[in-house]
Amino acid sequence: MSIIVLAEHTQGVFKKKTFEAVQYAAAIAEKLGTTVTAVAVGSVADSEMQTLGQAGAAKVLHAADARLDNLNARAYAKVLVTAAQKEAAKVIVALHDVTGKAVAPRVSAALKAGLVAGAVSYPDTANGFVIKKTVFSGKAFAYVNITSDIKVVTLMPNTFQVKKGTGTAAVEKLDVAFEDKDFGIQVKEVNKVTGAVPLSEAELVVSGGRGMKGPENWYVLEDLAKELGAALACSRPVADAHWRPHHEHVGQTGGTIRPNLYIAVGISGAIQHLAGVNGSKTIVVINKDPEAPFFKAADYGVLGDAMEVVPRLTAAVKKFKEAHS
Amino acid sequence: MKILVCISQVPDTTTKIAFSDNNTHFSTQGVTFIINPYDEWYALVRALELKESGATTDVHLVTVGKADAEPVIRKALALGGDEAIRIDTDSSDPYVVAAQIAEYAKTGNYDLVLCGKESIDYNNGSVGALLAGFLDMNFIGFATSLQIEAGTATVKREIEGGEETDTCSLPLVVSCQKGMAEARIPNMRGIMAARTKPLKVVAPADIQALTSIVSYELPPAKTGVKMISPENMDELVELLHTEAKVI
Ligand SMILES: Cc1cc2nc3c(=O)[nH]c(=O)nc-3n(C[C@H](O)[C@H](O)[C@H](O)COP(=O)(O)OP(=O)(O)OC[C@H]3O[C@@H](n4cnc5c(N)ncnc54)[C@H](O)[C@@H]3O)c2cc1C
Ligand SMILES: Nc1ncnc2c1ncn2[C@@H]1O[C@H](COP(=O)(O)O)[C@@H](O)[C@H]1O
Repeated sequence: MSIIVLAEHTQGVFKKKTFEAVQYAAAIAEKLGTTVTAVAVGSVADSEMQTLGQAGAAKVLHAADARLDNLNARAYAKVLVTAAQKEAAKVIVALHDVTGKAVAPRVSAALKAGLVAGAVSYPDTANGFVIKKTVFSGKAFAYVNITSDIKVVTLMPNTFQVKKGTGTAAVEKLDVAFEDKDFGIQVKEVNKVTGAVPLSEAELVVSGGRGMKGPENWYVLEDLAKELGAALACSRPVADAHWRPHHEHVGQTGGTIRPNLYIAVGISGAIQHLAGVNGSKTIVVINKDPEAPFFKAADYGVLGDAMEVVPRLTAAVKKFKEAHS
Repeated sequence: MKILVCISQVPDTTTKIAFSDNNTHFSTQGVTFIINPYDEWYALVRALELKESGATTDVHLVTVGKADAEPVIRKALALGGDEAIRIDTDSSDPYVVAAQIAEYAKTGNYDLVLCGKESIDYNNGSVGALLAGFLDMNFIGFATSLQIEAGTATVKREIEGGEETDTCSLPLVVSCQKGMAEARIPNMRGIMAARTKPLKVVAPADIQALTSIVSYELPPAKTGVKMISPENMDELVELLHTEAKVI
C-alpha cells in the first residue's frame, strides 16, 4: 500500500504547488504508516525527479510517453489508475487546479473512490477520513467524510507552506497500456502567458475595479504590481467593459484565488466579488468611500483616492525593498 | 445532433449562508434558488446557439434533484431547450450526481454533454470529468469557446498559465466557463412555451454515496479592519512585513 500523488510540471520543471501536494501526501502517508509514490507524466529529466524526493516522495513512477506532454484527462487518469493499482494505493492526491480537476474525478469514477475536491486540511482519521473543504464559494467550509476504501483528494493550492527536506526518491518507469482512443484530443494551438506571474499561482495580487475610472489609469496598478512582483486582477465590470482581459476577472463567475496578499483598489466588495478572493490570507482595501462593504472583509484599509494612494504605496514598497536588500 | 446540458440549482449568489441542526444542515429557509450561473450563462446558452445555428439539434436539460428543483429547471427551459429530465434524488456527493446523470445519458446517445465549470454551492468542479469517466468519453474542462463541425468539436480551454485550442471528435463532455456565450434573459414567449415542454421525472439508479458531509463551519469573522492614513503608506508596508508577514 502507498499513497499516490500526481506530480504536475511545466515543461519538465515541477512547480511549487506540486511540492505542496507531495508534502501533503507525505503527511497523510505518515499518518497511515506508509510512503508516497509520486507519478510524473510526460517529458521530465531524471535529474529533476529528486526534487520530488526532497518534498517527501519515496518513489517516483514516470510515465514518459511524450504524448502526455499535453493535458489529456483520459490518458492522465489511466496513468494514475495504473500506478494506483500497481502500488495498491488507498489514497490518490492531485491538485485542485485545471489539471487535477480534469483528472482526479475520472480516477474516482474508475476506482469507485470517494472524492473530496478542494481540500484545505489534512484528513482527520480519528473517526473515518474527514477533510475540510470550501463550500458556497468560500462563504463556508464543509467537513466531508470519505467512506469508500480508496480515496481521491484534490488539494487547494497555496494551503500549506512548502518545506523541502533531504529525502531521495527511487525513480522507476511506469508502463501504461494506452489505446489510440486515449489520445483522441488533438492540440492545435497553445498560448501561454509568458513572463507575468499566472494569477492562479500568484502569492501577491493587485486588483482594480470600476473605481479606477478607465483603462488609462491602470498604469498605477501595473507599477505597484511590478514593484511587488504581483499579478494583476480585476472585478467583473472591468473585464466586461474590456478595460482588462477576461482572464484577470476574479469572483463568483471568474477565477478563484487564494494569494497571501490581495490589494483591492476601487472595488466595492460585492458578495460575488468576495467569493473569488475571500480565501486570501491578507486583504488590503483602498477605496474612497468609507461605507464600501469591502472594508468589512479587509485586514487593512486605506480611505483615499486610488490615483493618489497607489503611487504612494508603490514608492513605499520601493523604499522598503531598498532598505531590506 | 443530441446535446445534454447539466443544470444544477444553487442558492442565489447573494445568499447569507447559515446552518441548522448543530451545523449539520444548510438552512434553505428564505433562500432563493437559481440556475448555477455557469450552467445557465455558458453551457445552456451555447447549446441553444448551436441549435439555432442550423443543424438539427435536440437540446435536453438534466438535473439531479428532488421536486423542489422543478422551478429552476422550468426557468432553464424558458431560455430554450426541447425537454427536461429530473432524476429524482438529491446528493452532495459529486460521484453520485455524475453516476446518476451517466445512467440516464447512456440511454440517450448524446453527442455532446455540457456542464458548468463548477457549481457555486459545493464548488467541486468534478461532475463533468466524473461523467466523462462513467460514459468513457473524452473530457475538455474550463472551455471558453466551442464550435462543432461535421462531428468534430473545436474547443478553446484554459490550461495552466494560458489557453489551448483542441479538436476532438464527438461524443465529448465539455465543462463551460466565461467566454463561451453571452448571458440571455428569458422572454415571455419562452416562459409560456416552457410550461408545456415535457419534464420527465426519472427514478434514480441504485448508487451508493462514497462521501458524506459531517458538518459545516462558517469562516472566522475578520477581527476588524485596521485603517491606515492615506498619507502613511510606509506604515502599511511595515505592517504587511512585520504583522501580516506577506511581503
Ligand atoms: C450572478 C452574479 C455574478 C457576479 N460575478 C461577479 C464576479 O465574478 N466578480 C465580480 O467582481 N463581480 C461579479 N458580479 C458583479 C458584482 O455584483 C458587482 O457589481 C461588481 O463586483 C462591482 O464591481 P466594482 O467593485 O469594480 O464596481 P463598483 O461596485 O462600481 O465599485 C467601485 C468602487 O470604487 C470606489 N471608487 C470610486 N472612485 C474611486 C477612487 N477614485 N479611488 C478609490 N476608490 C474609488 C467606489 O467607492 C466603489 O466602492 C456578479 C453579479 C452577479 C449578479
Ligand atoms: N445536481 C446536479 N444536477 C445536474 N447537474 C449538476 C448537478 N450538480 C452539478 N451539476 C453539473 O456539474 C457542474 C459541476 O458541478 P460540481 O462538480 O458540483 O462543481 C455544474 O456546473 C453542473 O453543470
